[in-house]
Amino acid sequence: MHNGAYMDFQDYYQTMGVKRDASQDEIKRAYRKLARKYHPDVSKEADAEQRFKAVGEAYEVLKDPEKRAAYDKFGENWKAGQDFNPPPDWDAGFEFSGGGYTAGDASSYSDFFESLFGQGGFNPSQGGHGGFHTRGEDHHAKVLIDLEDAYKGATRAITLQSAELDKTGHVVNRQRTLNVKIPKGVKQGQRIRLSGQGSAGMGNGPAGDLYLEIEFNSHSMYKVEGHDVYLDLPLAPWEAALGASVKVPTPDGPVDLKIAAGTQNGRKLRLKGRGIPAKTPGDLYVVPIITLPPADSDKAKALYKQMQQELAYNPREKMGV
Amino acid sequence: MTNKILSGVLLDEQIELSLNDLCKACSSSAEWIIELVDYGALEPHGTEQLNWRFSASSLQRARTAMRLQRDLEINLAGVALALDLLDEIKFLRSRLR
Repeated sequence: MHNGAYMDFQDYYQTMGVKRDASQDEIKRAYRKLARKYHPDVSKEADAEQRFKAVGEAYEVLKDPEKRAAYDKFGENWKAGQDFNPPPDWDAGFEFSGGGYTAGDASSYSDFFESLFGQGGFNPSQGGHGGFHTRGEDHHAKVLIDLEDAYKGATRAITLQSAELDKTGHVVNRQRTLNVKIPKGVKQGQRIRLSGQGSAGMGNGPAGDLYLEIEFNSHSMYKVEGHDVYLDLPLAPWEAALGASVKVPTPDGPVDLKIAAGTQNGRKLRLKGRGIPAKTPGDLYVVPIITLPPADSDKAKALYKQMQQELAYNPREKMGV
Repeated sequence: MTNKILSGVLLDEQIELSLNDLCKACSSSAEWIIELVDYGALEPHGTEQLNWRFSASSLQRARTAMRLQRDLEINLAGVALALDLLDEIKFLRSRLR
C-alpha cells in the first residue's frame, strides 16, 4: 500500500525516552510509566491521545526482540521525522513469528510502522463462515460540536474510517460519511446511539450500533459544566459601583442584564434557564470581572488622583493594615 | 454519498441501559460487567441481575474501565479506585473556576 511512498522515520527509542541499548526490563518500565502519564482517560494534556498512541507503537516494536532487532538494523543514522523508505529486502532473515500486534487500536499506527511490519493484528478467523450468524460489533466515535449547536440543535457530517477485510482477505480502510442530527440540549460526554450503523453482522445477524460521543469545541468566552454555562463578564468600576444595564452575549443571542449597584468582583449572577436547554434546562452564570481603566492620559490620572484624595477607601482594611 | 439525515437516540438521564445493552456497547462479557458492579465501579438500579438498569453514564465508566484495564494492566479493584479518583479530580477541577 505504501510502496514507493516516503514517510517520516519514527525514532522509537526517543519516543520511549530510553537509550538504544536499554534492556527489555527498562523498556517495559518506561512504557508503563509513559502509558500511565499519557493515558487519554487520565491525562489532561492536549496531545495525550497522540502521545499515548506513539508510545504504544514504539513499545509494540521494542518489546518484541525480533521486531526490535529488525528495527535496530537501521542503526543510529536515522533521525525522527526524516523521510524514509524501507529498502526492499530490509526484513530479509527476520521472521515475525509473533505476527501482528496486540494493542486494541492497531489501526492508528503510523505509516512508518505499517511499512515495516505490515497491517497485522486482525483476526480473519472471525470471517463469515456459512450458516453462522452473529450481530455486528458496536462502534464508537467522537463528534465535536460548538456550544451554540447544543442550544439550537444541528446536523453534522461525520466521516468514519473503519478497517475491513475485502474478498481476498486483505485489510482495507473504508471511509463513509453520515449526516447525523445533533439534538438540542446535548451535554458534554453524552452519547447518541445510532441503531444499525456499526459493523455489519455476519450471515443474517443484525448490524451493530454506532455510539457518538458529544464533545464541545473549546469556546473563547463560555465554559460549560453539565448543562450550566459560565461567562466572565468584564465591567467598568463605575458600572459595578453605581449599577448599570449592560449587553451580555449568550449562546442564544445577546441579552440586557441589570448590574446591581455595589456588584463585587467574581460574585456570580445566575440567569435561570439560560444554560443548555433540557427538560430541566441549565443556568447561565455571569461572573463579573471588574477591569481597571488605564491611567494613560492627564484626565484619567486627574480622576484617579481625585478619588484617592476624596474617597476614604482602604482595600486592605480586613488585613488590619 | 447519501444525504439522508440520521437521527439517533440521545442517551440522557432519562435513558437506562440493560446489562445486555451495556455488554453489547462495550463488546464485553456479562461476567465482566457483573464484576464491575461487584467492585462498586457501576451501580445499577434493581436487585436482580436480569432487571438491572444502568444509567447512560455507566457506559462511559465501563468503557473507561475497559481501556484502563487493557492499557495499564490494572486489576478491577484498581480500576474502581481510578474511576473514583478521576471523578473526584473532575469535581475539584469544576470547583476551581
